[in-house]
Amino acid sequence: MALTMAYQIKEHCLAEDGQAVAQDLTCFHGTEAMSTTIMTSNNPLLRESVPMPVPHVAALAVQKAYRKGEHSVPVLHGVDISVRKGEFLSIIGQSGSGKSTLMHLIGLLDSPDIGEVQLEGQRIDDLPVRTRDELRNRVFGFVFQFYHLLPELSLMENVLTPLMIRHSIWNYWARRREFQDRAKAMIDRVGLGHRLTHKPSELSGGEMQRAAIARALVAQPEILLADEPTGNLDAKTGREIIDLMSRLNEREQLTIIMVTHDKSIAAEAHRTVRLCEGRIETLTDAA
Amino acid sequence: MYKLLLCQRYLRTRYIALASIISVTLGVATMIVVNSVMAGFGSEMRNRIQGILSDIIVETRSMNGEFDPEAHMQRIRELAGKYISGVTATVEVHAILSYKSHYDDYVPHPVNLVAIVPESKAEVGPLIDYLQSYHSHTVNGRNVPAERSRTEPLGWELTPDAMARRQEKADYYRKMAKLRNQLRAQREPEESNPSDPFAESPAVETANSENDDDAGKLQKGRLYVGVGLATYLAIDPDTKETKTYNMIQPGDDVRITTYSAGTPSPKYFIATVVDTFKTGMSEYDSNLVYCNLEQLQEVRGMIRHNEDGTETRAFTSLQIKLKDYKDAPKVIDILRANFSAENFNVNTWEQRQGPLLAAVDVESSILNILLFLIITVAGFGILAIFFMIVVEKTRDIGILKALGASSSGVMSIFLTYGLLLGMVGAGAGVGVGLLFVYYINQIEKFITFATGREVFPEKIYYFKDIPTHVDPFTVFWVAFGAVMIAVMASVLPARRAAHLRPVQALRYE
Repeated sequence: MALTMAYQIKEHCLAEDGQAVAQDLTCFHGTEAMSTTIMTSNNPLLRESVPMPVPHVAALAVQKAYRKGEHSVPVLHGVDISVRKGEFLSIIGQSGSGKSTLMHLIGLLDSPDIGEVQLEGQRIDDLPVRTRDELRNRVFGFVFQFYHLLPELSLMENVLTPLMIRHSIWNYWARRREFQDRAKAMIDRVGLGHRLTHKPSELSGGEMQRAAIARALVAQPEILLADEPTGNLDAKTGREIIDLMSRLNEREQLTIIMVTHDKSIAAEAHRTVRLCEGRIETLTDAA
Repeated sequence: MYKLLLCQRYLRTRYIALASIISVTLGVATMIVVNSVMAGFGSEMRNRIQGILSDIIVETRSMNGEFDPEAHMQRIRELAGKYISGVTATVEVHAILSYKSHYDDYVPHPVNLVAIVPESKAEVGPLIDYLQSYHSHTVNGRNVPAERSRTEPLGWELTPDAMARRQEKADYYRKMAKLRNQLRAQREPEESNPSDPFAESPAVETANSENDDDAGKLQKGRLYVGVGLATYLAIDPDTKETKTYNMIQPGDDVRITTYSAGTPSPKYFIATVVDTFKTGMSEYDSNLVYCNLEQLQEVRGMIRHNEDGTETRAFTSLQIKLKDYKDAPKVIDILRANFSAENFNVNTWEQRQGPLLAAVDVESSILNILLFLIITVAGFGILAIFFMIVVEKTRDIGILKALGASSSGVMSIFLTYGLLLGMVGAGAGVGVGLLFVYYINQIEKFITFATGREVFPEKIYYFKDIPTHVDPFTVFWVAFGAVMIAVMASVLPARRAAHLRPVQALRYE
């Protein structure tokens, strides 16, 4: 619970104080610079002697198996992965390699059989359900392959959903103007300002994905989890989405974990992890 | 917030769920209509019974009655005067009313004979509302105007019309008798066989004839007769329409046969029918005859002659009207404490009519249970459709959970949805039901017109219009119950939705 509180406060700062954000970003750059030096060093000894900064989010030796009838189908065989703050990581692999599952585990949509998920060094996968719900709402933002907008709601309402979930009715009602402005600003940023009242069925695939990103970002998450965000889009639109994400990563130091099977898309990330049959195969550009 | 928003959107976009709510609407409407009509009938019936019986009845256990009604009435007023607005003494016995048919023979009817003093009976029940000479009424489609104004005091006198009719009839009978006597006088010399047992002697004839002699002069016994006894309805063979036929009219003389007090022995007297009454309860209208009190006391020998030349009369029951019927239990307690149970039976009208009222109550509660089962069936419809919606919405539930919605939040979406559906259904049901009740007579006329069959024949029910009574409490409970059923039906689907794991819900490939 204490953890949640911490995030609450942090979120507040971010929301209310633009300067705070700026400050945050500056310290960020410092860390980034330091860690980059460590990472680019080729001397393994040096790497071990310098204390590693605490990763932003990490999965430690996670194992996961699904039950299909009587058979247990292993999906992940002990995967270690850690992401620094402000890093853009892409996970690639073939279908069934467990990349989506890994992301679900990190995003607390599922819990690992063995191993743990850590956020800033603290274990989060065994927190109470309520706290995990809160973390999903405040810390993680999700973007899915099939956009997953709620069909009954307009674009504006879809984007507002995370805020509606976060606040109680009265709280939300009292601050609805502020939230609406915030959502509108976010929608403008993804370039859909002219489509506020449209239903998802009236939007194109690219627009829906941009709406989904706006929804993920309006809650001001620290980590964006994107599950094949371009999987259902043509190359050009997919490129736009990736550009949007890269920009967000650069400008706001948003930590992004993206799952994809498209190598050219994955190349946009700082670092790429390849998963094969539930194990990490290669880390390109990794330390 | 998202819960309400989603509920509202689901409500507006899922017409299939609205279809499921129609059954709730119909169930609620049916319950309201049935309850209102039953309550209408019930309260009409209760009013009528209460009007005839009065609020509290003190009966003597013996048919001989008790002497001195005035003293008893005085005692009652002393004991519970502050609750009481009227008391009257009556004599109630079984009797046979016989009237002369068109074929000159007597037609007997068993009746309950209640001897009253009209003025004081009117204090305990709305007698004047029942007597037909005080009201205009319709007979065979013809309007009969009121013969007396409502301000005219009650009494045992005939109206001028009835008097004229009586005299006319008497003249006719007198002429007939004269003619018959002449005929007999002519025939007598030739007739050599006087032993014919059926030949009536002139002396017997005059003694038996009620209408023959004292024409215009009323008998000492006076009666108010129920319309059910005085008339009957039959289909006219010519016009094929239901027609009222009179058997007894005001002004006619009838014969009342009853038994005396003490050792029962048959007694009879001839009485003039002064008026007919209509209470609207067929049981009373076809069984009850009111008679003047003095006459019955005299015939039954219920008069004690005292030594000082005065006389004391007897009564068999005292009818008491209360200012407020709510005080009945208190008054009953007081009276029971003071009138020995050996001689007197003190009851409210409800206690006397206990089995009938209980039967009506049981009937209405069983009907309510059955109708509520209909709404429960509707509840299962909601259950099924909700499961469908949950399955259809699996992905959306997953999205909501991924965005941080808690299980209880997801559950409350569906519970609120059920609640809203229930409220919409019950609200529409209340509206439809109340409209139906309001326009029930028009609807009845339309159905009669459309089917050609009378749905609500006045002949059977004694009511011109269908009586209805809408009890706000009943309406509230019916609506509330329906909403509850809708909510309960949505509990299982809502739990299922809540327990969906986000990953399960999002697995789309």
